[in-house]
Amino acid sequence: MLSTTDGQQNSRRARNEGSVGRSIPRVDGVAKVTGRAQYVDDLELPGMLYGATVRSQIARGVLESITLDPDYDWTDIVLATAADIAGNNVIALIENDQPALVPIGGEIQHVDEAVALLAAPDRRRAREAVQHVRVTTTPLPAVFSMEEALSGQILLHGDDNVFKSFLIRKGGDIEAAMAGADLVIAGTYRTPAQEQMYIEPQGMLAHWDERGRCHIIGSLQCPYYVHKAMKVLLDRDDDGVVIEQSVTGGGFGGKEEYPSMIAAHAAIIARKAGCPVKLIYDRDEDIAATTKRHPAVIEHRLGLYSDGTIAAIDVDVVIDGGAYVTLSPVVLSRAILHASGPYRAGHVRVRGRAVATNTPPHGAFRGFGAPQTTFAYERQMAKAARALAMDPLEFRRKNMLRLGDTTATGQTLSYSVGSAKVLDAVARVAGEQTVGSGVDADPAAVHRGRGVSFYYHGAGFTGRGEVHLSGRAAVALLPDGRFEVRSSSTDIGQGTLTIFSQIAATALGVPLDRVSIADQSTRHVPDSGPTVASRTCMVVGRVVDVAAQKLRARIADWAEGNDLADKPTATQAAMMACDMAGTASGEVCETAQYEHPPGIEWDDDTYSGAAYPVYGWAACLVDVAVDPHTYEVAVERCVHAVDVGKAIHPIIVKGQIEGGTLQALGWALLENVVYDGGRVANASMTNCIVPTFADTPELETIIVEEPYPFGPHGAKGVGEIPMDGPAAAVASAIEDALGVPFDELPVLPEVIERKLDPESAS
Amino acid sequence: MKIQAEINGEMREFESSPWRRLLDVLRTDLRLTGTKEGCGEGECGACTVIVDGRPVDSCLVAVGQIDGRSVRTVEGLADGEILHDVQDALVRFGGTQCGICTPGIAVCAAHVIEREPGASRERLRELLSGNICRCTGYQLIVDAVADAAARRLARSDD
Repeated sequence: MLSTTDGQQNSRRARNEGSVGRSIPRVDGVAKVTGRAQYVDDLELPGMLYGATVRSQIARGVLESITLDPDYDWTDIVLATAADIAGNNVIALIENDQPALVPIGGEIQHVDEAVALLAAPDRRRAREAVQHVRVTTTPLPAVFSMEEALSGQILLHGDDNVFKSFLIRKGGDIEAAMAGADLVIAGTYRTPAQEQMYIEPQGMLAHWDERGRCHIIGSLQCPYYVHKAMKVLLDRDDDGVVIEQSVTGGGFGGKEEYPSMIAAHAAIIARKAGCPVKLIYDRDEDIAATTKRHPAVIEHRLGLYSDGTIAAIDVDVVIDGGAYVTLSPVVLSRAILHASGPYRAGHVRVRGRAVATNTPPHGAFRGFGAPQTTFAYERQMAKAARALAMDPLEFRRKNMLRLGDTTATGQTLSYSVGSAKVLDAVARVAGEQTVGSGVDADPAAVHRGRGVSFYYHGAGFTGRGEVHLSGRAAVALLPDGRFEVRSSSTDIGQGTLTIFSQIAATALGVPLDRVSIADQSTRHVPDSGPTVASRTCMVVGRVVDVAAQKLRARIADWAEGNDLADKPTATQAAMMACDMAGTASGEVCETAQYEHPPGIEWDDDTYSGAAYPVYGWAACLVDVAVDPHTYEVAVERCVHAVDVGKAIHPIIVKGQIEGGTLQALGWALLENVVYDGGRVANASMTNCIVPTFADTPELETIIVEEPYPFGPHGAKGVGEIPMDGPAAAVASAIEDALGVPFDELPVLPEVIERKLDPESAS
Repeated sequence: MKIQAEINGEMREFESSPWRRLLDVLRTDLRLTGTKEGCGEGECGACTVIVDGRPVDSCLVAVGQIDGRSVRTVEGLADGEILHDVQDALVRFGGTQCGICTPGIAVCAAHVIEREPGASRERLRELLSGNICRCTGYQLIVDAVADAAARRLARSDD
């Protein structure tokens, strides 16, 4: 349809179609910098009430009764309990074990679990009224650590407190392989819970229309996750629940599964109240009650030959799932699939268990299990290079997976392996010196050290997950000649609106301003699968690309039939589309569906085969300075090279890498969720801190492009990988500076003090 | 009490209990919802506004305190459809992602570059450190604000 005939047209076409690979202004940029973007708390409906949640104060026990303070004025306040739930009182996800509200007689499983809901004419009164609801319980013994869970003395789940376990094997007997190695390095690594700390607290606004349909709008990543859960909870069919995303102020996984809980609450209380209810968490409540990154304990044994090649890898992973199954099985899956790292090894064994405790459920957070195991294996590799007196980058290069190599699950890597390129990129920056100057003899001097790490991240759902999801997206030509992209991949700040506009405009051959993105409502957009797993650009972006190409072909066919086929420029193409739209009755729409790359096979029973269709690759270099008196660690330099296949929008890619990098630096050094009896003891931004401008060095980002043949224009995932590796580089840099290993996060000043000077620390 | 204040250049008079948070009055009574609440305790800076030439967290200010003063919010940065240098640079440099911290950062950064257009990147980091962004890693925001400052400085040299 758009074959060009002369140079002028060629250049015009290049301008219009060339937006892929260019950093165009974000399509939502102006709305956001002017404050016009509407987040859920900015929305109001006539007659709207404000919701609040009554929560348990104990970690485990029987809910005996819920009564109201007789001295409080309840006249304008609505109360709802589990008895008001029309359908099945569960938040449907993997296992239907988590109630929306604990029923009377039911068992409370964690502190801050929801037991009742209130709605009041204003927010202050709703929160005040919560203090006047009397909840009586009979406490039961609770489990607060993974060790207690595995001891089985108190059973919360099945006969062993294990929600899920996995085993991966490659090669022969792992003990024999270790025995045959020249050197075995063993370590135990602990990583803490991490709060996503999106700056917009979670919230939902629900109302029921006159036909009994429930409308919920709010801050969320996955409209169809909420849709599925609400159908079960509210006993409605597909059309009986409408889920819409408002502009969402960050997610990082924290708004993957938990929004179903808040949506449930908003829907229940709105139905009871008979008017719209907005339920917005305040920050303390958000930190206390919602999901966080799974704490993990990882035992890692690394068998090495004296020439520096890896003989065997043996890993045992335990993650704390918290009180309900939620997403822990899939977080564990990703943790163990990344646990042996991007390294060649003849013999591998990885075991993993997700256990039940009485803490609020842990859940999705950028990296989804991989940051925990990456921390462990990259600390191991740092120790190996040190023990072998090898350059740490050279040690990685010697053992890295290359094109044609086979992973721990038996997947042969046949394309898009950026391992050497990311290591080379960091090596160029590192120059001659890849480790720091070492321990300074002068104890009063600032201690400086350097650490590196190298890692990979599988993009998209695991195994045949994308086949099961069969994500769909559509591109429509509207009657006014504009194009609309319809997918349920939300923009939570990572740039979906912008890159989907670029991909569609490029495929259609029309100017960017002719393309818009449909509102994220389950009434308007098909199920593209969730906005998770680094899959939005790579998987759904590809589906958008295919749908747009199908539509372009259809317009071309129509043009040929109407003798208009030689209109080659983008503007003319758009005009032609207008002609067609005007002729057609209503819109013209093409839908596409995910297609699995050929030859990518996975066996769920044996956990072997191609765990992911493709991997992103990354290397990171960190220089630290440790204050000799306060033991504060300053990151003085952080260089991050990430292979993303193709940067559809380089600035958005850079923003993803740098944002993920800083979350990883924060996790390494200062972010810390403290639990006391299953309760978050530091549930406020004053005490549960994240890095500020002043904590952050200039971040140096190197985008590497090793194209993926089945991604849009070669793009792979980028969202999660930057979170995986920097923490290990930080810990290794501190070891380099101080001469002692740090195998537990966060490396707080008091942790360093205890290690260097145990006497004074006491 | 009756409160009189200049809001984004316009004199406004309204009734309110003096103890309510400025943030709530801006968002609820005046429908200026560009100012966001991220934490409610003065940590995140999403609710930053300028009161009489000083950036403050509007969640920590009782509305009675603004009587007789001027308040500038994100809605008061642009000149009609013409963005403030800082807003324009935040869009061009990718300094806004999810956008929830952006109004507070735009307000604070506008104030900073109007006062100190020659600030170094390090100084900018210090001056902006009352505003938390969880998306960007700050790099692209510093790029944007530094560019806006440079443009402002260049204009003042003309």
